Amino acid sequence: MEHGAIPRWEHFPHDADIGVRGIGTTKAQAFEQAALALTAVITDPQRVDPKEERRFSCEAPDDELLLVDWLNALIFAMAHEHLLFSRFDVTIHDHRLEAIAWGEPVDRQKHEPAVEVKGATYTELRVQQTADNEWIAQCVVDV
Amino acid sequence: MDIGALKKVSDYEWHIPQSGNMRVPGIIYASEALLRDMDQKVYEQVVNVATLPGIVQASFAMPDAHWGYGFPIGGVAAFDPDQGGVVSAGGVGFDISCGVRALYTGLRVEDIEPIKERLADLLFRKVPAGVGSTGRVHLNRQEMDAMLAGGAQWAVERGYGTPADLNRIEERGCMKGAKPECVSDLAKKRQQDEMGTLGSGNHYLEVQQVAEIYDQRIAEALRLHPGDILISIHCGSRGLGHQIGTEFLKKMAIAAAKFGIALPDRELACAPIESEVGQEYLGAMRAAINCALANRQIITHLVREAFSEIFPQAELPLLYDVSHNTCKVEEHRVNGHSKRLFVHRKGATRAFGPGHPDIPSDLREIGQPVLIGGTMGTASYLLVGTPQGMTLAYGSACHGAGRSMSRHQATRQWKGQQVIQDLARQGILVRSPSYRGVAEEAPGAYKDVSAVVDAAEHAGLAKKVAQMRPIVCVKG
Repeated sequence: MEHGAIPRWEHFPHDADIGVRGIGTTKAQAFEQAALALTAVITDPQRVDPKEERRFSCEAPDDELLLVDWLNALIFAMAHEHLLFSRFDVTIHDHRLEAIAWGEPVDRQKHEPAVEVKGATYTELRVQQTADNEWIAQCVVDV
Repeated sequence: MDIGALKKVSDYEWHIPQSGNMRVPGIIYASEALLRDMDQKVYEQVVNVATLPGIVQASFAMPDAHWGYGFPIGGVAAFDPDQGGVVSAGGVGFDISCGVRALYTGLRVEDIEPIKERLADLLFRKVPAGVGSTGRVHLNRQEMDAMLAGGAQWAVERGYGTPADLNRIEERGCMKGAKPECVSDLAKKRQQDEMGTLGSGNHYLEVQQVAEIYDQRIAEALRLHPGDILISIHCGSRGLGHQIGTEFLKKMAIAAAKFGIALPDRELACAPIESEVGQEYLGAMRAAINCALANRQIITHLVREAFSEIFPQAELPLLYDVSHNTCKVEEHRVNGHSKRLFVHRKGATRAFGPGHPDIPSDLREIGQPVLIGGTMGTASYLLVGTPQGMTLAYGSACHGAGRSMSRHQATRQWKGQQVIQDLARQGILVRSPSYRGVAEEAPGAYKDVSAVVDAAEHAGLAKKVAQMRPIVCVKG
């Protein structure tokens, strides 16, 4: 995990579902990458044009609950407005997150969405700084 | 799973002795082969559930148990409100009241074979499936609340199906104690376009043929014969249930700390049954059960409409409807006494034995039908509850095959198009908006559903009656 380009995202396996992991030089960047990993559960993020913007703000008692809240805010917007997101700008101050996400409405031909995400979970939930000063933000999402 | 730490009671029953903070032992019903394939996390999760306040008898896992959130999927646990028992959002799962419904068609395999391409296309067009699909029923605030209070009864009153359907649904199609006012605005918004949609992932609509009969007498009572065509619908409470699960996981994580409940895993978030949060969750969760029942009822109506275009004479009466992600209040015998318990079944099907008053009167003598969903390429099963099942795990059985491979692994191993072609050669037509979705759900990514069902039968949880094989599968 210490190797490879930064920032980046990846998936990690879970029995029935899938884990999303964002890695960055800052906590906010790791949260942005985790959001990209979330989109990648559904479709290839490169297929999603950043045409429309939505603003998000979340607050939680700690960084880990904040990550779950952030991903769940995106999951709600995706479900309610039938959107997909591919670009994120996140700022975090004292467990308070402000973000802008850019994306477009789901197009079944263009995006071929594989699966819908039901919710972010507390399983394998971690927000932490590694020995290499990288930030990791991860959890399993239920699909 | 390392079976060294388990105490073998029989070939299909394994115990985790009580130790540490466990209040009761763990009991896993499975064959040795299934057990060895289970993730070690299932062991941990069975143990963790056994530490929760008010748990009664044991923390159970069914033969298809796999790594879930807090509770294992395939987990069954009952809590006593008189002993400080808890209710847990993680013990029900995100897809509240996800379940399987089977319909008779009165048709035979020879009626379907010549027109199955047309039927597959028609069902795919009629029943919204997959990400971004919307239903044609849009509910305003008042109707949303009426649906959440009324379930399938509400749907029947609105013309989706017939009153006879209700007799074949758990709770007669309407879960009592639902409180629409406990369901958040976000959850209701998330559901507004989703009534009558299948969803995605492992959800499906299948045309199946009865392939094998294992118990002639019970099959006869259920009017099932080899070559009969059935419809199977697998889906749940859609966005509404997912949102309720998400919100109460957080509320209960905070509440548990307030009530001094030590959680070995945050995902075990729970609250005392009698607490405000506990009661609020029960009201919302029951409303989500109604949402799932109404959803399957609307889909049933859409399937009937589709069939009437090809077979104007066909009637599609309901065989049975089971839910496998629930918490229900039930009376059970514990140490010779009748107790009122809150039974959590997460990825586990209720399987009441013969004579139980909650079984419709015309089926009561044979036991409750238990519908087990398979994969696109394998088989589904119909079982019935047994008398001994009532004492083994509160009248519960397995719910499906369970994955053996991650979604990522599956997409590396298979291409959706190839899976569809291979299945077509076996006579199974798949319709799906997403090739990647099909690859992720490839039959080979699942455990052997037959082994799971056999283990459930050998353990005494339920009795095999019939096997069904898919002919058409609409996949979300």
